[in-house]
Amino acid sequence: MIGITCYGAYVPRLRLSRAAAAQANAWANPALLAQARGERSMANWDEDSLTMAVEAARDALAGRGTDGIGALYFGSTTHPFADRQNAGLVAAALDLSESISSADLGGAQKAGTAALIAALDRAAAGRPGEALVVAAEHRRARPGSAQELQYGDAAAAFTVGGSEVIAEFLGSHSVSVDFVDHYRATGQEFDYIWEERWLRDEAFQKWVPAAVKAGLEKMAIAPGSIDHFVLAEPVAKLAALVAKRCGITDTAIADSLLGVVGHAGSAHAPLMLAAVLQKAQPGQTIVVVGFGQGCDVLAFRTTAALGELPARNGVAGSLKRRKEEKNYPKFLSFNETLALEKGLRGEANPQTALSAMYRNRRMLSGLVGGSCTKCGTAQFPPADICVNPSCHHQGPMQPYRFADEAARIKTWSADWLTYTPDPPAHYGMVEFERGGRFVADITDWDLGKVEVGQPVRMVFRVRGRDAQRGMVRYFWKAAPLAGTGEH
Amino acid sequence: MSSGIRDKVAILGMGCSRFGERWDMGAEELMVESFTEALTDAGIGREQIQAAWLGSCMDEVNIGKSALPASMALRLNNIPVTRVENYCATGTEAFRGAVYAVASGACDIALAIGVEKLKDTGYGGLPGLDVGSMPPLWWPNLSAPGVFAQVASAYMNRYKVPRDVLKRALAEISAKSHANGAKNPKAHLRNPVSCDTIMASPMIAEPLGLFDCCGVSDGSAAAIVTTPEIAKSLGKHPDQMVTVKALQLALSNGSEGGYNDWDGSYIHTTRVAAQRAYAEAGIKKPRDEVSMFEVHDCFSITELVTMEDLGLSEDGGAVKDVMDGFYNADGKIPCQIDGGLKCFGHPIGASGIRMVYEMYLQLLGRAGDRQLKDPRYGLTHNLGGFPHQNVVGISIVGRYQ
Repeated sequence: MIGITCYGAYVPRLRLSRAAAAQANAWANPALLAQARGERSMANWDEDSLTMAVEAARDALAGRGTDGIGALYFGSTTHPFADRQNAGLVAAALDLSESISSADLGGAQKAGTAALIAALDRAAAGRPGEALVVAAEHRRARPGSAQELQYGDAAAAFTVGGSEVIAEFLGSHSVSVDFVDHYRATGQEFDYIWEERWLRDEAFQKWVPAAVKAGLEKMAIAPGSIDHFVLAEPVAKLAALVAKRCGITDTAIADSLLGVVGHAGSAHAPLMLAAVLQKAQPGQTIVVVGFGQGCDVLAFRTTAALGELPARNGVAGSLKRRKEEKNYPKFLSFNETLALEKGLRGEANPQTALSAMYRNRRMLSGLVGGSCTKCGTAQFPPADICVNPSCHHQGPMQPYRFADEAARIKTWSADWLTYTPDPPAHYGMVEFERGGRFVADITDWDLGKVEVGQPVRMVFRVRGRDAQRGMVRYFWKAAPLAGTGEH
Repeated sequence: MSSGIRDKVAILGMGCSRFGERWDMGAEELMVESFTEALTDAGIGREQIQAAWLGSCMDEVNIGKSALPASMALRLNNIPVTRVENYCATGTEAFRGAVYAVASGACDIALAIGVEKLKDTGYGGLPGLDVGSMPPLWWPNLSAPGVFAQVASAYMNRYKVPRDVLKRALAEISAKSHANGAKNPKAHLRNPVSCDTIMASPMIAEPLGLFDCCGVSDGSAAAIVTTPEIAKSLGKHPDQMVTVKALQLALSNGSEGGYNDWDGSYIHTTRVAAQRAYAEAGIKKPRDEVSMFEVHDCFSITELVTMEDLGLSEDGGAVKDVMDGFYNADGKIPCQIDGGLKCFGHPIGASGIRMVYEMYLQLLGRAGDRQLKDPRYGLTHNLGGFPHQNVVGISIVGRYQ
């Protein structure tokens, strides 16, 4: 049996109030007010598809670890790099073994399901180890557009393999159709979009249901037996159209998440699948449809192992970690669709030393420090001589990854002077409970709520963007967890 | 066994430029200003200087690299000139170079000169620091107030000091320095400011407001040093001679920033350097024996914890001492009698020497309106870097016995 062996998801904490955004633009386009319901997820300024992919993958790997991952596939249409493998950087952030194969899949909204199929094909071919599949999207839209309200930012991740399968792979069926409802040419910032009627009438009334029907017939799945039908509809009610035409029951239609997340592009079908897996019962049939210049139809049947998975955030947990944002200009600024004044301090822009980045890649990407082989002190950054004043042992240290270690804020400040896209810059000494500390950026803070002793979780984020050279620099930051300090 | 620096080196002359926003002057002219005063004070010609140390910190603005700008601006006689840089403790480092050169017997008369031209950036606060290849990849975008504000968070947590109580004590520290600076004609900021104004100033880095931060100034300071014997031979009367009693430097080795011991509420290296300096100077009870202090009050919180780190206030006791006026001009131990970094200003490379300059004036009775009565020892404390990894330079100067 091959199939999905675990799942994870990540939705950024910030949720933009659609009413706030619609009202800001209603002077020019009152029709936006018709969409002023609910909210959409909003990446923090230091999040992108890559950082979200890392978080979803960490969620998926909760309790499992990274042993035995032999491949990583990263589906997205918003990879931060066009020519530097994004999957490779996700792997580095997860501190996976470098003896893996990896690939980015993109170019269409079905990139997420394409990545899943690639992993399933790999498992079917009997390749050793499991494949990690991540799909993530940081969707930018032109200010004042309807897409700004409709899109969302999110990520989902799965491992695919041949043992401890939680959702057995029943088969897949794909069609490739050069149907263009929207497109974004290379180098273009935003999507160019045609009216919804074109999408609905020509795709979702015609060739999409035909492809789903063909797939179900091929896999010998009775439409009425489907428990969960996952179709990431670009706009509301299209999944119901397809379900009706294919004979799938209404109650099987999975929550679109459009009201709370928005449409996360190629990550959306994977995100919905992760949400379904979080509430599905063993023995249920799931059909997933990825749409975009054709479609991928995949079918799974959940197993008893689903109930055995260790706890994870999943979509439900991610949605609970929520902070409403009503500041529309802040949303624009975070998405770099509004160039706010940075001040003269914002001009500083050192070149990134690629050689230093490479030499220190486990430290910078994997948050790997050292553990002294003599006294056992965990320390960051790694060094040749132990930092413990009563040790100072010289010799190679054991690599020691801090990313998942429990930590607290030891000292902090909120700095209005230094440049950050989200003032005031919060940073401070972060101390790990099992040893080690360093001065780290603090992200996802609530103004006035940061305090000494507060527990934090380390997260992989954008450290800075070098627009002049097109470089995005990543490092780990401390995100406060709910809970109080030691006062 | 080393015998330390005590009384091996005498200050022959000192000079200090006016500190402030010297839009009219570059670093070269500022160096000439302090050097001319020092040379006149020493009563020697420039050709008698055999070696020099230049302290300047910010390559990004200022004079760039190497000691050539000093050698050229001062038209030194093709002598060895060395540029030193050790963050904000750069001035003390230049002084140390000259003092050690004389003490070693390698030369008779040496010059230490520090200079910083900061106001060539277009914005307030210090210029952004070039920190090498690796730090930009993982350090936060640290600002000076942001890193020193960290100490406040740890101090409040350790001693259970409510934020408003700490803010009030910090305001007293700044108000005291403004009162002192007002009496110093060379100071950058010469306006008395009330605690209410200080506490209402805009937030810079929680909990530090604008008035918790020192001035960002242009300026230069210089010292000409020799041995006491040569000083005597040049006509200095032993009663009118100031000698170096101690000169210590302590640098972090990574433990504060990397090992889970230090709690962030004090400066570890200040404690190390202070104990060495007191021992070198033969001082047993600094609170009773040292007459005055010029400490590195880059931020009000730094001054507060430094009082404890130097062993003057009990740990956790500085708030009370400050509120009691212990460190005011009319208090038991005047601190920042010249206005400190806060109001005299902080041209980085010059600051360590500027502190010694004030001690020198006070010891010789030349401090004008702010003259203290019969001071015996003066201590300077110069701190560079961040609370968790830094350079601390401490000097103690006093009258030659």
